[in-house]
Formats: sequence, structure tokens, C-alpha cells
Amino acid sequence: MAEPLPVVLVTGFLGSGKTTLISALLAQPGMGETVVLVNELGEVAIDHHLVRRVDERTVVLASGCVCCTLRGDLQDELRDVLERRARGELGVVRRVVVETTGVADPAPVLSTLVGEPVLRHHFVAEAVVTTVDAVSGLSTLGRHPEAVKQAAVADTLVVTKADTASAAEVTALEGRLRALNPVAPIRRVSFGAIAPDVLLGGRARPVVAPGPEREEHGHHTGEIRSFTLVRDGPLDWDAFAVWLTMLLHSRGLDVLRVKGLLDVGEPGPVVLDGVQHVVHRPRHLDAWPDDDHRTRIVFITRGIERDAVLASLEAFVGVGAGV
Amino acid sequence: MCPLCGALLTEHWSDPEGGGARRGRVLRTRIVRRVLAGFGVTLSDWAGTAYVLHDGKGRSEVVHDLTTLWGEAERLAGRPLDPLDPTLVAALRRSDG
Repeated sequence: MAEPLPVVLVTGFLGSGKTTLISALLAQPGMGETVVLVNELGEVAIDHHLVRRVDERTVVLASGCVCCTLRGDLQDELRDVLERRARGELGVVRRVVVETTGVADPAPVLSTLVGEPVLRHHFVAEAVVTTVDAVSGLSTLGRHPEAVKQAAVADTLVVTKADTASAAEVTALEGRLRALNPVAPIRRVSFGAIAPDVLLGGRARPVVAPGPEREEHGHHTGEIRSFTLVRDGPLDWDAFAVWLTMLLHSRGLDVLRVKGLLDVGEPGPVVLDGVQHVVHRPRHLDAWPDDDHRTRIVFITRGIERDAVLASLEAFVGVGAGV
Repeated sequence: MCPLCGALLTEHWSDPEGGGARRGRVLRTRIVRRVLAGFGVTLSDWAGTAYVLHDGKGRSEVVHDLTTLWGEAERLAGRPLDPLDPTLVAALRRSDG
């Protein structure tokens, strides 16, 4: 089977510059051969690329869980891309970019890519890129939970229209974004001008090593907390899997993001990456990206405290060591 | 497709790559049993292809991965299963080793 096609999800609140970013991105060398699926056609036309409009339609699964809802529209469109590519109608396709509506929850899109039995073999979620308006972003984050969620699940945060905001506004916004999502690098852009490799491949990037302050105290912004669990010594994968699946079953809606490097007793770490109930297939790296070989897991939660998560994990690991 | 029950089998993110799958299932089954001990539900491995949950009233449920397991276990237990519940965490600490 051919290598899975990378899918880049571009999300961000209404008017935050998603279409401008995509248009500028596609104009860059090496970004041809891209299929773009958009929920809403923006004011900026994207020329010379196949742009398909997707009418948002969701398929509610038996579980009734919002984040595990499959996006039926996206299912159909992605299957259509596969079929048309197989028939030779699309030429060479190297990447798919999905632009969501401004108020969309990115989790069902990821759920569709990771959980749909056919699509999971043909596509891979390469990165979630979230745009945030430099001028209005801070107030948007304060008023709209959808915007908070979009920022929390990002692999890369793009502060747009940076040239129109004051330095103080940008600094305040970036501080808020870092507190919300410590694992995503923040990039400032104006008119979408940014190199593609800065945005793409977000999931392949190693986890940023957390500093001591974040290890101990984490960050709180309203109900949202981000903290890092750091552990010495190998972590039993089976005990961890039992624990995390139970945690996500019980509290998945409040675990906005879990991302980390796990020492499972192999030469390199296992890369863990999850959004609510959706967990990407863990990747085994041949070597650690830095000298710190401890297990480091970043959590972004809604109302769940670090101490409770740590105590629970240690209890499960203790059981695993005793069976 | 599972030849026994006809279920469509798909990979779960927690399944080990390559070797170690059998040992992993045995360990997972043991750990889940400890977790469910206080809820009147137990778990057994079905020929390495599925898990079977049982309650004390003769009910059983076949599940294929850890994610679906918790929902069915909760249904059989008749109450929420929360790994952050301090009572459960304390019980697991007493039972380890």
C-alpha cells in the first residue's frame, strides 16, 4: 500500500486568517499537488488548486460523544479524493489541507482520520495549525470556548495580523497561548507569509522539554490547566495503556490534549499524542531527541488537577508491577 | 474479520507493534481485573482475540479493545468508572504487590 497522504488541519476562529494563510502557503515552492477541502469559501480565492467545498455534516456514533463524532462530510470527500486519485483525475497528490469553519471543533476531524476504518489506512494527520488574530485573539479566547479548544489541540499556533497589533497585545496573547498549550510553538505572521516547513509536520516534532516550573505547578487559565508529568525509570506500557484508556473513557472530554515522550525501556522513546478520546498511533523513535531520557507527558485539561492525575497513574503502574 | 465472532477487528492505538502482544494481553487482563475488583465485574481473555467481561449476575460482554472495554464494564458495574476517584486509587495502592 502507498504511504498515507498527510492531512494538515487548519483551524482558527472566525476571521482569524485561515484562508489567507492557506493561500500564501500554497503559493510557496513545493506546495503544489495539494488538495484543499474547505468548510466555507473565504473571501480570498485560492487559485490553481483543487478546492472542494464541504458542507458540514456529522455522523453521531452510538457513544453519543461529541469529540468521537465522525465527520460524514469529510469521510465522503476524502474517499472521493482517493477514488479520483486512483482514476488519475487529480494527477499527483502529495498532501490534503482541510480548513474548518471558524467555530468548528477540530476533534471530530481528527477522529475521522484516526478512527475511520478505511481512511486511517490512507491518510495520516500531519499537523493541526491554529490561527489566532493578534488584535482580537485575547478577547476571543476569553469569550468563546471553541477558540480555546482550537488553541489547545494545535501542533502549531499562528498569530496572524501581527503587524496590525501593538507589541504589548502580541506579548499578552502569546503568554495566554503558551499557558493554554505549552507543546505548540507560536509563530507570528503577516499576510500569511511563513515557510511551509514551519507549519507542516507538527506531529513529527518532538515534545518541547518542559521547564521545572511547569513540572511542579503548571499553568492555569480559567478552567484550563496545562501541566507536565515527569517520571524516572521505564514505564510499563500495558499498565499505562489500561490507565490512559480508562482516563479518556471517563474524563476524555476534559482531557483536551495529552502529548509526550515515554520511556518504555527501549533505546528510544514512544511518542504519545492524543486529543480528547482520539489517540494517534504511538510512534517508536530510535533515539531520544535530547539528553533528558525521562518520561514527560504534557496534559492540557479542563478542571483536572496534576496531583490527581499523577496519583492515579502511579497507582496503576504499581498494580502493573505487582501482577 | 474475527473468524469466531465475525467482528470487524481493527488495530487499537495501545496494541504493541510486532512481538509481545500475547504477554501484553495477559498483563492487561490482570491489571483490569484488579481495577474492576471492587465493581463486581471481572475480565478474561478470549483466545487472544477478544476480552470477555463478566458480572456476578451471569451477564457477559465481548469487547475487542481497551477503549470499548470501559464503557461495557461501566454498564455491567452500574456505576461510573473513574481512574481519578480517590477511593479507587487508594484501593489500587493497597492491592499492588
